[in-house]
Amino acid sequence: MRPAAVVGTGQTHHAAKRLDVSMAGLCREAIDRAMADAGVDWPDIDAVVLGKAPDLFEGVMMPELFLADALGAVGKPLLRVHTAGSVGGSTGNVAASLVQSGVHDRVLAVAFEKQSESNAMWALSVPTPFTMPVHAGAGGYFAPHVRAYIRRASAPEHIGAMVAAKDRRNGALNPYAHLKQPDTTVESVRASKMLWDPIRYDETCPSSDGACAVVISASPTSSRAAWIRATAMRTEPTTFAGRDQVNPQAGQDCARALWKQAGITDPLSEVDAAEIYVPFSWFEPMWLENLGFADAGQGWKLTEAGETEIGGRLPVNPSGGVLSSNPIGASGLLRFAEAAMQVMGTAGDHQVDGARVALGHAYGGGSQFFAMWVVGSEKP
Amino acid sequence: MREVAVVGFAQTPCVRETDGTTNGVEMLVPIFHEVLGGLGLTKSDIGFWCSGSSDYLAGRAFSFVSAVDAIGAFPPIAESHVEMDAAWALYEAWVKLQCGEVDTALVYGFGKSSAGQLRRVMAMQLDPYVVTPLWPDTIGLAGIQARLGIEAGLWDERAMASVAAQSRANALSNPLAQLSGRVDVDSLLASDYVADPLRRHDCAPITDGAATIVLAAGDRARELCERPAWITGFEHRVDSPSFGTRDLTTSPSAVAAGKAAGADGVEVAELHAPFTHQEILLRQALGLGDDVAVNPSGGVLAGNPMFSAGLARIGEAARRVHDGSASRVLGHATSGPLLQQNLVCVMEGRE
Repeated sequence: MRPAAVVGTGQTHHAAKRLDVSMAGLCREAIDRAMADAGVDWPDIDAVVLGKAPDLFEGVMMPELFLADALGAVGKPLLRVHTAGSVGGSTGNVAASLVQSGVHDRVLAVAFEKQSESNAMWALSVPTPFTMPVHAGAGGYFAPHVRAYIRRASAPEHIGAMVAAKDRRNGALNPYAHLKQPDTTVESVRASKMLWDPIRYDETCPSSDGACAVVISASPTSSRAAWIRATAMRTEPTTFAGRDQVNPQAGQDCARALWKQAGITDPLSEVDAAEIYVPFSWFEPMWLENLGFADAGQGWKLTEAGETEIGGRLPVNPSGGVLSSNPIGASGLLRFAEAAMQVMGTAGDHQVDGARVALGHAYGGGSQFFAMWVVGSEKP
Repeated sequence: MREVAVVGFAQTPCVRETDGTTNGVEMLVPIFHEVLGGLGLTKSDIGFWCSGSSDYLAGRAFSFVSAVDAIGAFPPIAESHVEMDAAWALYEAWVKLQCGEVDTALVYGFGKSSAGQLRRVMAMQLDPYVVTPLWPDTIGLAGIQARLGIEAGLWDERAMASVAAQSRANALSNPLAQLSGRVDVDSLLASDYVADPLRRHDCAPITDGAATIVLAAGDRARELCERPAWITGFEHRVDSPSFGTRDLTTSPSAVAAGKAAGADGVEVAELHAPFTHQEILLRQALGLGDDVAVNPSGGVLAGNPMFSAGLARIGEAARRVHDGSASRVLGHATSGPLLQQNLVCVMEGRE
């Protein structure tokens, strides 16, 4: 497998409703920034990979087809990835494999969601045979898992609020973030309305319109590149006897494969920044454990000690993360792109000083689809 | 490039309507059993899984999520999914094998077209701002394309009916086909139009079904299969969605994919042509001469399981290599309205 690197990243200004642009315009805003960042033009792009979550979110079946012109894909190979909420991450990994395999030299990966075109709550609530209806959106689905984590880890109740306050403050440092709330505090989060006990309003991701794009190349022309040191994906079914939804096996296996491929034996010491898919605050400590940054039941202690703040031992979501912007299909690629920006030194006000190795993480479905990558400033 | 081959293929019967759910599990379990059993493999021998399906066909979000149930619970798998015909999932798996991390991959596609009104569902694939609101359905659009080709002198209604008659006759040897039989071109031409100039026989039937292929690399392929179908060219391209700006009587993406994949010299071609005139168009676009056996399985005019029909074309072509009846074959898949996106997989047998 030959080395490949992210050479450019771009994203939109994320907002609840981007009524000023069409789907094509939204994608192009991210693509144009990524290509300018990479210093490449259309003839340099060999193939395009588009990722997004369910088509019902925009009401268009396979929208990459009508977007082919806007994506610059006409006359080229165009792949459309859909792996639920992890799709943005999978899109990055598929684009990486197109370069690592030697099939292409330079590939454009794009992910988007324009949630204002439709109603995600409705799209997720279509009744299906043999499946228990939740009718409560993602928050209602995940709240019991969070409750189980709190009980299992004996975690103090304010940990979730700490994560939310940190991510919202970080989001205020990110010019593209949907929510910029620098004044959020643990107290203000704990005073916000309870939505799905124990998840409060301020501990919940927004619903955003947005897109993200990255250019992946086999031969960067600048030293400013994020070398892809490892990629991994794992899947398990939604329900089966004995399934642990708090610390899923698929996530553990995915992380183990990832660290092994990256040659990382002690993730907490060797990773400088992590962009982890945290749509509800408590998923920070839950995924810290699932990823192997902490032992089971210990993840919340890193959060409580402030180690996941910018300047801490492992800054988590310096961009503000999913809690500050959540264009679902793009959220995973945003994590991957933000990890790349950290090691390229292009993260601006939310840059982690001296970051050389960073994690991008995404998950989807009922905590059952995982996609991850590790990027580094050094060529492997 | 690493040597990668199709070593196993299975598909469900093509039927107008299954009793199963839209998540495909009831269709997938038997064909996983068939393809893995035939190779002497189990779930844990597969290094990578990839599937193709459509939420809109199923009428729900995340339809592929429940399909994972067909694979079984533990251990977790390395897996991906494309919202495309599974022929593109096969491409993703082939790329994964090229990376060298794994030696085997299982690819599957499924679709229950009978769950909705297919020709209306497919209108949701068009430009949502300016085309979908007019609700042009699949058959109406294909009729426009067929008419343009007739006016350009590229085909006529008799040639189209001959394609249908040949498909039905070929399908007599395919026990999984939905439509087969000996039909006479003159009697086909005596039937009424569905969408002038298209008659019923010009349109692929509505089909529920699923298909699966196992890929293996190098020596693993040689171990698993006496005569692997080695992939020598695998390419796909997309055209503009704008009907007003592209020449609908040809398919630049099919021409380019065929050229890049090396379509020359194939003996058998399985073409994913849901309308009779599209088979003629694709023969021209891929430069297939009269000596090439096209759609010996009957093709999708004999059974068109959405989102697995393209994968099944590659499987059917590979089968001709496996059984020794051909040494160089081509499988083709299409996606999008009026052949907008095309994929070509060229395979060969080696002595």
